[in-house]
Formats: sequence, C-alpha cells, structure tokens
Amino acid sequence: MRFLHPTPGLSGIPQEDAEARSREILQRARIYGEDRTLTDQMMLTRLDSVVNWGRKNSLWPFIFGTACCAIEFMAVAASHFDISRFGAELIRWSPRQADMMIVGGTVSYKQAPILRRIYQQMADPKWVIAMGACAASGGFYDDYCTVQGVDKIIPVDLYIAGCPPRPEAILGAIRELQIRLERQPVRV
Amino acid sequence: MEEKTAAGITGKTWPDVSLEPSTKEFGERIRLDPPVCGLPAFRVQPELLYNAIRFLKENKAYRFNQLTDVTCVDHLQNGQAPARFEIIYNFHSLPTSARLILKSWIAEDDATVDSIHSLYKNANWLEREIFDQYGLRFKGHPNMKRILNHKEFVGHPLRKDYPISKGQWLSEADDLLDELEIRHRLDPKDDDGDRERMTLNLGPSHPAAHGTLRNMVELSGETILYCIPEIGYLHRGFEKNAETHCYNMVIPYTDRLNYCSAIMNNVGYVKAVERLLNIEVPERCRYIRVIMCELSRIMDHLVANGANLVDLGALTNYWYLFSLREKIYNVLEEQTGARLTNSYTRVGGVWADVNENFEPSVRQILKDVPRHVNDSLKLVARNRIFLDRTVGVGAISAEDAVSFGYTGPCLRAAGVDWDLRKVQPYYHYDEFDFDIPVGERGDTYDRIMVRFEEMFQSCRIIAQALDRMPDGPVNIADRRYILPPKEEVYSSIEGMVSHFNLVMRGVRPPAGDVYDATEAANGELGFYIVSDGSQNPYKCHVRPPCFHIYSSFPTLAEGGMIADAIAILGSLNIIAGELDR
Ligand code: SF4
Repeated sequence: MRFLHPTPGLSGIPQEDAEARSREILQRARIYGEDRTLTDQMMLTRLDSVVNWGRKNSLWPFIFGTACCAIEFMAVAASHFDISRFGAELIRWSPRQADMMIVGGTVSYKQAPILRRIYQQMADPKWVIAMGACAASGGFYDDYCTVQGVDKIIPVDLYIAGCPPRPEAILGAIRELQIRLERQPVRV
Repeated sequence: MEEKTAAGITGKTWPDVSLEPSTKEFGERIRLDPPVCGLPAFRVQPELLYNAIRFLKENKAYRFNQLTDVTCVDHLQNGQAPARFEIIYNFHSLPTSARLILKSWIAEDDATVDSIHSLYKNANWLEREIFDQYGLRFKGHPNMKRILNHKEFVGHPLRKDYPISKGQWLSEADDLLDELEIRHRLDPKDDDGDRERMTLNLGPSHPAAHGTLRNMVELSGETILYCIPEIGYLHRGFEKNAETHCYNMVIPYTDRLNYCSAIMNNVGYVKAVERLLNIEVPERCRYIRVIMCELSRIMDHLVANGANLVDLGALTNYWYLFSLREKIYNVLEEQTGARLTNSYTRVGGVWADVNENFEPSVRQILKDVPRHVNDSLKLVARNRIFLDRTVGVGAISAEDAVSFGYTGPCLRAAGVDWDLRKVQPYYHYDEFDFDIPVGERGDTYDRIMVRFEEMFQSCRIIAQALDRMPDGPVNIADRRYILPPKEEVYSSIEGMVSHFNLVMRGVRPPAGDVYDATEAANGELGFYIVSDGSQNPYKCHVRPPCFHIYSSFPTLAEGGMIADAIAILGSLNIIAGELDR
C-alpha cells in the first residue's frame, strides 16, 4: 500500500484519518480474500493530491512576452536551460490552452486592455508569473506610457526580480509554483 | 568643418555639401546653418520645406535619395529660440554618401508643415510620430493619426510641458477599421465585386508576431489584400526618459532598444555623446568595442534567423543556433557582468577592461560559430520546403528599399552594397579585411542568407581585431568624464573632487547638436542629441533601423498569403524595443 503525495490537512481530511480509512478498506478486502489484487493494483490517495500532482508537472505556459525579458525566456526554452525538465515546455500561444501565464516584459497602457483580455480568456485554474522588473513594477520606466506593474490589471501569483531575470530565476519560479500547487486544494 | 571631424571619432568624414545650387534656386530663404558636429546643415523657411526637399532629392548636385530621419525639438525652455518648435530633417545620399541636415523653425500657433510622404515612403510614419509626440500637423498627409501612443491619449508627451509620469489608461484597443477604410478609398481598383472578404487580426500577442506587432489584414481566401500594421505596443518613452537622466544614466535605456544586441546600442549612443564632447577613446577601447559589437551582431543574427526558421516550421535550427548564442552569453557575462542587458560602455571608455580569459574564450567562439552555423545551413540551404517558402517571397526592389529608409542586412539583401562600416568607417573598420554580402532579389531568402553570411564576416573582423588589440588604458584620462580610480579618490583631494563632480553633476557637453550613427545589427542606428550645456540631454532622439523597415511591411505582405507574411516578418527582424522605443 502506497500513499501518493500525502499532504496533510488540506482537503479537510486529516492525514491520520486518511490512513486509517485506507487501512480499513484493506482490512475489508482481506476478509473477502482479495488482498493480493488490491495491494498490487490499487493506490489510495486523495483527489487533491493526484490532481495537483498532474497539474504541477504539466504546466502549460502562455508567454505574454513583450520585450527584452522574452528574449531571456527564449533562452530558458532553448536546449541549455531546457524548461522541459520541469514539465512546462509545451508553450501554448493560445490562452485557451494554457494555465500558466508568464508576463515577460514591459506592459504599456496601449497593451493593457489586451493583456487583460487574454488573461480572461484563459480557463481556470490559472496562475500568473510576473517576470522581471517591468512586469512587476514598471521597472525603470516610470513614465507616461508604462503600466506600473501588471498587478494593476490582473492578479499575480509570483514575481521574479531582475532586469531581465536570469534563466535560473525563471526555473526557480516555476519550481516555486509547483510547490504551491502541491498544497492547494482542488478548486471545483 | 575639417578640423572638427579630423578630431572626431569617425576616421572618414562626410563629404562637403555646397549651398550654391540651392541659393540659385531659392535665394535667401535657404541658408547655411552652423554644422551639426561636422555634418553640414541648411536652414530653410517653413513654407519652403516641401520644395526645398524635393529640390534636394531631385537636383543632380545633391541626389539625397534617402530620408534618414525626421525629428523635432521643443524649445519651450530655450529663451533665445525664435519659435517653439524646430523640425529637423536628416538626409543621406547613397550615390555620393553625403549627408545633410535641414532645419526649420515652426511657430506653435501654426504648427503645420507640408507633408513629404510623396517624396520619401518612410516619411509617412515619421510624420505621424512627430504629430503624436509633439503635436505638429502635416498638411496633405493621408492618415494623420497617432502612432506610438494609444488613441485615447490626450496631449503630446514629448512636449516639454507634459509631465513624464502622467500615464493615461486605454479602455479598448483600436479596431483599425478607419485605416482600412482609407486604404479602400485610396485604391481605385478596390471594388472588384469580391464579396468573400474577411478581416483578420494578427497580434499584438501572436506566436509569429515576434514581440508586440499587430497587423489587421483583409483577406480574400488566404491572400492578403490589405495589411494595416499598428505599432507602439512597446513604446516605453525612451526619449522622455533620456531627457530626465544624465548622459551616463541613459546607457541602460539604450540596452533595451535592440535587446538582442544590447552592446551595439551602448556603443552607438556613447559614440554620439563622445562626438559631441569631441573626445577620442583610446585604441584599446576601440578594439574592445569592435569585438563586443561584432559578437553582438552574431548574437542578433542568431536570434533573427533562429526565430524566423521556427516560424517556417524548422525548429531544430533554433536549438542549434541558440546554443551558440548561449556560449556568447557566457563570454559577455564574464566580461560585462550581465547576460543580456550589459550596459558595458561609458562616455569616454568602457566599464572595465577585459580580463585574461577574454582572448581565449573569444577565440573559442570563433571556432564554434562556423560549426553551429554550418549545421544549421546544412538543414536549410537546399531544403525544398525552405526554398519554396522563401525564394521570391516578399521581394523589394533596391529603389523602394532606399525610399523606405532601409539600411543594414535588409537593404543589402535588396542588392545595395551599402554598409556604414565600409562607407563611413569608424573604429578602424576601414583597416579590417572583410566583405559585405549582398543579395540579388531582396526577398526573404536573401535576407536570411545575408544574415548567415554576415556572421562569418563578423568572425573575420573579430579575429583581426584580437590580433591587433594593443595594451594600454581603456578609458580616457580626462577626469571630467571618467571616474578616477578608487585609490585616488580615497587618498587625494583632486581625486575626491573630480569623483564628486562627476557623480553629482555628471558629464556636461557644450551646447549644440550632434548626429552620429553606427552600423547596428539591423542597420543604421543613429542618435540625434541636443545639448543645452546641462547634465541631461535636452533631447535624445534615436533613429532606429526597424521603424523604417517595418513601415514597408504592407508593401511586402500585400498580395501574398498569410503564411508568407509570417515568413517575411521574421526575415525583417523587427525588434519591438527599437521599433517603438
Ligand atoms: S525588466 Fe528589464 S529586461 Fe525585462 S522587459 Fe523590463 S527592461 Fe526589459
């Protein structure tokens, strides 16, 4: 009997209860003489764990790359840094097929309605990473045409510092998001 | 003029331009202005502008067939100026390689100028930009509409009385149907009874629209009838920011113009400032700049071709080419401290001398470039699909290319053998042995292949520069421009004072204008700087190569298929940071 990613306490069932319940199921199976089949072919886990396990290892990014940061993202996608090691290499160019938006670059007021619309077109659940100083805060463009941080228009889950951030920082952010995903209850 | 340029940075000076033929034509209404750091300048009365420009273009003595740039200065804070605005045209003659600046005063109350879009094709967008940024109107312009700022923007941001941080939200993106209407009206053969037309929006967030380019196309089937590009999605106010920062603080902003080859922008900018200051950087510094620039050129072409081939479906090239780029990143990072946005140069030198690893690692790069590039070339050069998709696609004639203000690889692909490094060489480019690849048809294939070949040529330049690079200082000794070494600051009063002065007051060039250009990865990257003697530039205008090239995109794309438009767009290598500034 193996528990897949037991994450205590998050879906309302305490860890001990979950284990006790599966012991009970096992017990019952023994009574009916199906012991072997069950332990070999069945895994007991919570829906939260298994769904999150799937989600976190197959994040599909949508790159809202506008400026220099997008070039650094290209480096992350290329062979040296290789984003596919983290299961996030399937870069989608349609918001409807993606669940992780990476805003890489400066967002101007002209661009703002478009960013908002694309965010709204993404299906739930979705996460947003603001990559680089510009996306996080406007960067050193404190002027008449630059939105002072994309969190003025869309919710942001993670900010990456840097101008542009190093590829390692981007991979670090994806890892961080994955860790958060493990812990979060599955939304209905 | 001679003595000024002799001390200047450019080895070869611009040919002199005589005023005489135009005085014969226009008399006193056109006259000689003080040269712009060695560049000849005329001044003309505003009502004469159109005729004078046509004369300069068509007259045998001048033949200024390329409009390099148009810009404007708001003299609000200059008490002596006879009028509020000064419009500045910058011409270039490919046959004689002469350059000319034409200036005119425009009063605020009748801020209207005759449009010259019928003389030069790139004037259309340039005039729109001036209208957008300064509020000058152009009479006879077919589409006097904002270009960089959004349609709900109120005011003109580059006017001196517009506060820099006053942002304005946009509620909804422009549908561009008004521009489509204009095209319909202007086109006599429009009503061909085709009722199956469809309008399609491409971008500004589109997989093949590299960055933030947007096009509205009207299609008949898959054929593009009309294409309306919209730019400005990455307008970041470079010029306004430059006006509020001192000269050395502008350098990081230049990194972010063409961010695929940041160092070339650094060099282009400081070279203009140095020309304004009339200082010459030491020999070693020049060679370092040349090597860094050529490495950047290779990097830029790698991205351009890599991404273009991805758009054509050839993904493998991207892996090959980008891994080479990664190797160059490593070298630059070791020397400059940053991978992408290096901010390596300083007015009067570079941030720091290169270390002992520089030469061996660059020599290693020289070995790597041919290997990776040839790998990629083997995949495409005779590939049937690649040839079908690129040969003859998006061709432009040499004449049109010049009229659109093309420079760089795109101009050379159209068969014009013109490269600033050869015709107006700077930093010893005239002493290096290298060739300028030139295309025949000006199509997508030629543009890609010119870039591939330029990478090999850059390697030749780097190898020669490495051999010849002398020892010695990398910065000038003048303490007005370059920080003294730390020991001096801590141990001598002079050192401390000059450090304090430079940090608190910055570099202060004398009052005056300068235009200087370098051959960047995409073509002529020029900076027009106006100094009023203070520590910030009064105006700092960039002449980006992409802006002019992209204005020709409808001409290239119309009549082709959507898929062709994607291939063409990639081959023009439009970098939004430089396009929108
Ligand atoms: S954070 Fe820096 S590198 Fe990134 S888009 Fe902004 S200016 Fe460019």
